Amino acid sequence: MQRPTRRGIVTGAALTAVAALTLSGCAGSGAGESASGDQTITVWAWEPTLEQVAADFEAENEGVTVELVNAGTGNDQYTALQNAIAAGSGLPDVAQIEYYAVPQFALAGSLADLNEFGASDLEDTFTPGPWGSVALQDGVFGLPMDSGPMALFYNEEVFAAHNVAVPTTWDEYLEAARALHAADPNLYIANDTGDAGFTTSMIWQAGGQPYQVDGTDVTIDFSDEGTTRFAELWQQLIEEDLVAPISSWSDEWYQGLGDGSIASLTIGAWMPANLESGVPDGAGKWRVAPMPQWEAGANATAENGGSSLAIPADADNKELAYEFIEYANAGDGVQTRVDGGAFPATTAELTSDEFLGAEFEYFGGQKVNEVLSASAENVVEGWSYLPFQVYANSIFNDTAGQAYVGGTTLTDGLSAWQDASAKYGAEQGFTVN
Amino acid sequence: MTVSSPPAVARVAADAPKVKRKPRFRNSWTGWGFLAPFMIVFALVFLAPIVYSLWLSLFRNQLVGGNAFVGLDNYVRAFSDPQFWGSLFRVTLFLAVQVPVMLFLALLVALAIDSGRLYGRSFFRIAIFLPYAVPAVVATLMWGFIYGTRFGLVGNINEALGIQLPNPLSPDLVLASIGNIVTWEFIGYNMLIFYSALRVIPTSLYEAAEIDGAGQFRVIRAIKLPAIRGALVIATIFSIIGSFQLFNEPSILQSLAPNAISTSFTPNLYAYSLSFSGQQYNYSAAVAIVMGLITMLIAYVVQLRGMRKDG
Repeated sequence: MQRPTRRGIVTGAALTAVAALTLSGCAGSGAGESASGDQTITVWAWEPTLEQVAADFEAENEGVTVELVNAGTGNDQYTALQNAIAAGSGLPDVAQIEYYAVPQFALAGSLADLNEFGASDLEDTFTPGPWGSVALQDGVFGLPMDSGPMALFYNEEVFAAHNVAVPTTWDEYLEAARALHAADPNLYIANDTGDAGFTTSMIWQAGGQPYQVDGTDVTIDFSDEGTTRFAELWQQLIEEDLVAPISSWSDEWYQGLGDGSIASLTIGAWMPANLESGVPDGAGKWRVAPMPQWEAGANATAENGGSSLAIPADADNKELAYEFIEYANAGDGVQTRVDGGAFPATTAELTSDEFLGAEFEYFGGQKVNEVLSASAENVVEGWSYLPFQVYANSIFNDTAGQAYVGGTTLTDGLSAWQDASAKYGAEQGFTVN
Repeated sequence: MTVSSPPAVARVAADAPKVKRKPRFRNSWTGWGFLAPFMIVFALVFLAPIVYSLWLSLFRNQLVGGNAFVGLDNYVRAFSDPQFWGSLFRVTLFLAVQVPVMLFLALLVALAIDSGRLYGRSFFRIAIFLPYAVPAVVATLMWGFIYGTRFGLVGNINEALGIQLPNPLSPDLVLASIGNIVTWEFIGYNMLIFYSALRVIPTSLYEAAEIDGAGQFRVIRAIKLPAIRGALVIATIFSIIGSFQLFNEPSILQSLAPNAISTSFTPNLYAYSLSFSGQQYNYSAAVAIVMGLITMLIAYVVQLRGMRKDG
């Protein structure tokens, strides 16, 4: 899912990133000249909390300069990175890459295997979901920076006003959706116009494993049990007009979240900061509950968004680059970023009392991190993304998205998505199915 | 005399080059020297990108397997690609409906302003031209808000009147909605082309028509329209090229109507998503070249027809 992680940060990022650029730009030219040549690393990232981390890292390591460059967000940056890789020049030493895009770069041989720096020792440092996203096949192709274990964010005021209980299972969710929409036709339990990241995360939680990747052998199968479970439930929501036809991150979306017409979001743990900055009207009304379950009493969750820091295979200064990403993602940098509002991927921070005990004013004083942290521990294992997920996601609305405008059913749409993805995979030289 | 003089002229003409051939040959290189600054820029800016696209289109770069020369494979694939033909059909439909409507309206406005019977002529001229000065991106965003069925103008109308207007951003209507935006943007531009062509018609023709007792419609049919045929042809060609290159409007509306506007909605959008999300630069180059050729062909046919009527 490309959007969540970036938006997670985008609003604030726009300003801070510009500031970061200017600051690091000045620092870069000054310090870079005085230090001995190869002590400069370039970091391409849009995560705003890295700015402070880079400053701290420079302070701790004399003569080291970290040039933080915002080369675009998500896809834009991947395009730039792909071009730099193809050209063989202008490569950064560190690049921020979202989990769903890691396989694409790793498989093409564009990322350094961090095992040569002993990255596999860090396995227990990170929660299983994010680690599984960067540890692919025999290598480790990045260190997890943040994570997005899913939870149900809901507007308590709306649920209470209509006497609807907060759903704990997906069946209850469907009932709640009907009850809310029946009480007020302008009220929806969620918005959805077809979002590849959300759909894959939902299938992930339902136990589906549509993508199997073994080297260049790829299997795509959207007919397994987990996928079917999700598709059947969601088809009912779509058919009964229970999800608002509003795209996430649009102006209408923010308005809907603010005025209560979109009553809940099933989304990654990076959402709190977004709600606080993007939906000021919702202050005090929103709460966080565990993700609804397929089996009553279960606690399965999935990841939604999140990104890693990786090192391009042909980077100039890989050792220093690794030192930096270890510092930022597994060392002192983590606390700095948590203080800056990031949701970490490291077990230590996720289980620390300070983190868990933090009370969020926006959420009516709720200790939100307790719920989110529990979700991080229960991410279903065994999920993998396609080695060409970036493109596959871009054609989701051409195929599966048609189910949202009545052109087809979700099951058939997913099947069309499967075919289109398989076709692209074959064109790119993969052995598909 | 009339018989004898042509051979004499021919003889002189034939002799002249013989004498001066050598110096002229040297001079021709001097000429190129003077042209060089232009030719270098021309080659770099105009020819190099086209040659590079052609070159790119002969290869295939795969995630697995790398880069390989494939000859005309990309073109073969383009000709059997339903998504490409689907997008071409869509812009052709757009062309067939939107362009005539837009040009007709622009002509109507130009004739009205030119008639001299309109009160506040310069105000209308400016007001109708103004949308052209609004950047396409801004215009599309603005229309996107207007089209919104929940919080946009359409939504407000629905709420105020208690009716249910069809959603302009639904798959069935989105092409028409884009046509509306483009018409709004370019009526002023085309109106100005027509209007300036109308202004250069000599007033003596109108006076003559008046003496002959011709009415306004007769003047339009017999004087004005034939006189601005050139402008009509030019505006039509620009509009054809514009339609085939449709990109900004669907690309921006895509975020509002992701299921109505596919990644292959127009040929340009298709080429864009092929290269920037799919990293299929080679195939994308082939699609762009095929599209360029089709556009040239149709524009050429229209020009030929326009010119023939002229003669």
